[in-house]
Amino acid sequence: MAAPKKGRRPTGAQGRPGRALAIILIAMVALTAGMFLSKQTTPRLGIDLAGGTSITLKAKSEPGKPDAINETNMNTAVGIIERRVNGLGVSEAEVQTQGRDHIIVNIPKGTNEQQAREQVGTTAQLYFRPVLAFADGAPAAPEGAQSPSPSASGSGAPKAEDGKSPSATPSSSATSQGRALSEALKAPNAPTPTPSGGESKKADDNKAAPTPSGSASGAPSPSTPPTGEDTAAAGLQEAFAKLDCTNEEQRAAAGKGVKPEDPMIACGQRGAAWGKWILGPAQVDGKDVKDAKGIIDPQRGMWIVTMQFTDNGADKFAKITGELATKQAPQNQFAIVLDGQVISDPSVSQALTGGNAEISGGFTQQSAQDLGNMLSYGALPLSFSEDSVTTVTAALGGEQLKAGLIAGAIGLLLVVIYLLVYYRGLAFVAIISLLVSAILTYTIMALLGKGIGFALNLPAVCGAIVAIGITADSFIVYFERIRDEIREGRTLRPAVERAWPRARRTILVSDFVSFLAAAVLFIVTVGKVQGFAFTLGLTTLLDVVVVFLFTKPIMTLLARTKFFASGHPWSGLDPKRLGAKPPLRRSRRTAAPAPVDAKEA
Amino acid sequence: MSKLGDLGARLYRGEVGYDFVGKRFIWYGVSILITITAIAALAVQGLNMGIEFKGGAVFTTPKTAVSVAKATEDAEKASGHDAIVQELGTGGLRIQISGLDTDTATTVKKQLATDLKVTEADINADLVGPSWGEQIANKAWTGLGIFMVLVVIYLAIAFEWRMAVAALIALIHDLTITVGIYSLVGFEVTPGTVIGLLTILGYSLYDTVVVFDGLKEGSKDITKQTRFTYSEIANRSINGTLVRSINTTVVALLPVAALLFIGGGLLDAGMLNDISLSLFVGLAAGAYSSIFIATPLVVDLKEREPAMKALKKRVLAKRAAAAAKGESADGEGPVGDEPQVVAQGRQPGRRP
Repeated sequence: MAAPKKGRRPTGAQGRPGRALAIILIAMVALTAGMFLSKQTTPRLGIDLAGGTSITLKAKSEPGKPDAINETNMNTAVGIIERRVNGLGVSEAEVQTQGRDHIIVNIPKGTNEQQAREQVGTTAQLYFRPVLAFADGAPAAPEGAQSPSPSASGSGAPKAEDGKSPSATPSSSATSQGRALSEALKAPNAPTPTPSGGESKKADDNKAAPTPSGSASGAPSPSTPPTGEDTAAAGLQEAFAKLDCTNEEQRAAAGKGVKPEDPMIACGQRGAAWGKWILGPAQVDGKDVKDAKGIIDPQRGMWIVTMQFTDNGADKFAKITGELATKQAPQNQFAIVLDGQVISDPSVSQALTGGNAEISGGFTQQSAQDLGNMLSYGALPLSFSEDSVTTVTAALGGEQLKAGLIAGAIGLLLVVIYLLVYYRGLAFVAIISLLVSAILTYTIMALLGKGIGFALNLPAVCGAIVAIGITADSFIVYFERIRDEIREGRTLRPAVERAWPRARRTILVSDFVSFLAAAVLFIVTVGKVQGFAFTLGLTTLLDVVVVFLFTKPIMTLLARTKFFASGHPWSGLDPKRLGAKPPLRRSRRTAAPAPVDAKEA
Repeated sequence: MSKLGDLGARLYRGEVGYDFVGKRFIWYGVSILITITAIAALAVQGLNMGIEFKGGAVFTTPKTAVSVAKATEDAEKASGHDAIVQELGTGGLRIQISGLDTDTATTVKKQLATDLKVTEADINADLVGPSWGEQIANKAWTGLGIFMVLVVIYLAIAFEWRMAVAALIALIHDLTITVGIYSLVGFEVTPGTVIGLLTILGYSLYDTVVVFDGLKEGSKDITKQTRFTYSEIANRSINGTLVRSINTTVVALLPVAALLFIGGGLLDAGMLNDISLSLFVGLAAGAYSSIFIATPLVVDLKEREPAMKALKKRVLAKRAAAAAKGESADGEGPVGDEPQVVAQGRQPGRRP
């Protein structure tokens, strides 16, 4: 925006119009190529155009928890809702936060809308349940037996050793092997973290037993001898044997609708593979956890998750850990179950009293913090209310898109006609510039669909149409400046160059204001409004790019053609028509150009 | 077109021109009248808030043979609330039921499907809680506040504070007019309307900025000359940018008009329609205010400055002296060898 140094910039642009044109041509080719390479040749359509259900949830602020609505909680909630919605077997459901306290759930068409709404709305359930049996996720598969060797021995062997060595080692070696396996639970500040104290040793020894079965997907069932009294029903056994956790549907169905006081079967991820469990009745509730955090333990240099229980929770937790500690693996473990899925299954080696505990072993920063978040928020960290639910069948979505496109086309046509009538030859520059702008907008939108999940919704289409006006505005500003210069009696070539710095400033200032409006709109608003603001902002930016890299250079080049330079009546730059001054004055003027130039800068 | 082009040239040279600044009090009066009407309408009639603000549901059905009257009856029976039914360009129906909450809407949808003999899956439902529109509106107000602060700061830096203040007043003026028209005509206010209203902010200022830019350029080095007062230069600037303002407004209005037409013609009361309607009204108001209100306001503010007062005195004194000599020196029209007065921003340097 700052006034350029006198004469330098214009001359530069004048001298190299080809370079700017080359840049924009390369950009267009690159974007188009990128679009085809990524196989995303159309912009992704939003739910309102493609059909589907869009649910807007608003986090409710609860009394006593003024700071509960924050970024971390919102993100945790998104993670949980995402897992739930995708647990329905929906692919490409999209869950995202918007604004400070909204979550938008977009579910493409062909999904049971009602089920989705139920799933999204209900509060997630988090329970601590004792493990009764564990097996590898897939049902006993014959081919599994053939491929246990490398990974099984790899992890099994060091484990056994670790039992005797300091407990810091197993956790680090386990990192590669799926964290759940090596997770161990203990009271914090226990005096025996490192030297193989009885407790940690026992934990590791115990864990050695399930390890082969977990990783070496070879012999799942044998390693899970259910003690009759603990296993609730034979039916559960049977279901457990059949359960295939690698199957998404079965996985989602496994823990569904089970009451906390009943035993259940559940799936969960162990490292890269799936595991399945028979779990006893819930002993501790998510609400009993007062706080949980993933932190780095400075002494051992590893990530752990600390838990703090409420008074009530501490009693319950002490009781269950006391019971579990006396048992054999895998029954000395308890599972942390979120929405029917096991998210962690640490082993216990002693009763943990005092309301504090920590889970260690094989965490990465991410996994520790995730678990910490899930634990501390019980389930969904916030409660949500449904603000709006929109269902759109694809047919009507298509209708709306069509209407939008027709409106856009007509709007464009009207603008083109107006420009042609008013600017004649010059209008072609504007039209081609609009086309360049359209190509850039389209390819960027298509690419953004893949890149940042941008979806073209109806308001976004509207924004794009409105932007036609903004884009055309900047040409008008420039053209009028050129015409003013011609009226001054200049010939086209100098007129084009002299008009540019002044037009450029106006264009930048006004586009900046437009962009500011779009940016503010984008940041403060929610849902559909954002699509509109986004398109508006994008096209405003592209307008600047097109005017600088295309319209101006093209004008410089055209000023060299006879058709325009001679002021052909159809060029839109006919000096006579524009009311330029008679040549007599022009010669006077050219005789003393210096002071005029000085003011131009 | 040659006539219009010619007009542009004559405007440019200052041969013709409307005395926007001189007659500003008339236009202030007009604007105040409109504003009062708008506020009165708002106070008396209020706004016709859409279901987004009251809570409710809009169902859009595919083509159906059921009549509007029958559908209204069915919808009211099914929901126990008032229903507004419109026929769409597609042959389907748009059934708007206010007072429904998102939980009960599902059962109503089922009932409607049976009544209208269409499958449930073919009905589009847009269910909103009563707070949804309010939230959008709240966010809109926040956005409005933030935007105004930012834009005033920006304009104060890019131009000067007087222009920033004038632009802000013009902006508020545009918003008031738009809201007033909504109140008077009884258009339904939806989140789409709010979006449109927010977009007007950008547009209204876009137009104002273009005019101010001309004014800033025209009034550069103004104190170094004694030919024109600030208000005269301002008036010249407005006239000089008039063609540009008209063109940019027309070009901006054309796509919006298409949107409005298509939105209204093909899809009744869709989001397209809501956005474009408020845009259309606001754009027109924005074009008017940047010419008739914003720039004259700048003049009023500017001419309070001692430097401008002094300039005015000097200019008038010089004119009086010239008149005494029987000469015309006020630069009206191309006179003698002083053609450059027509070019804004040139006068000072060209002075002998």
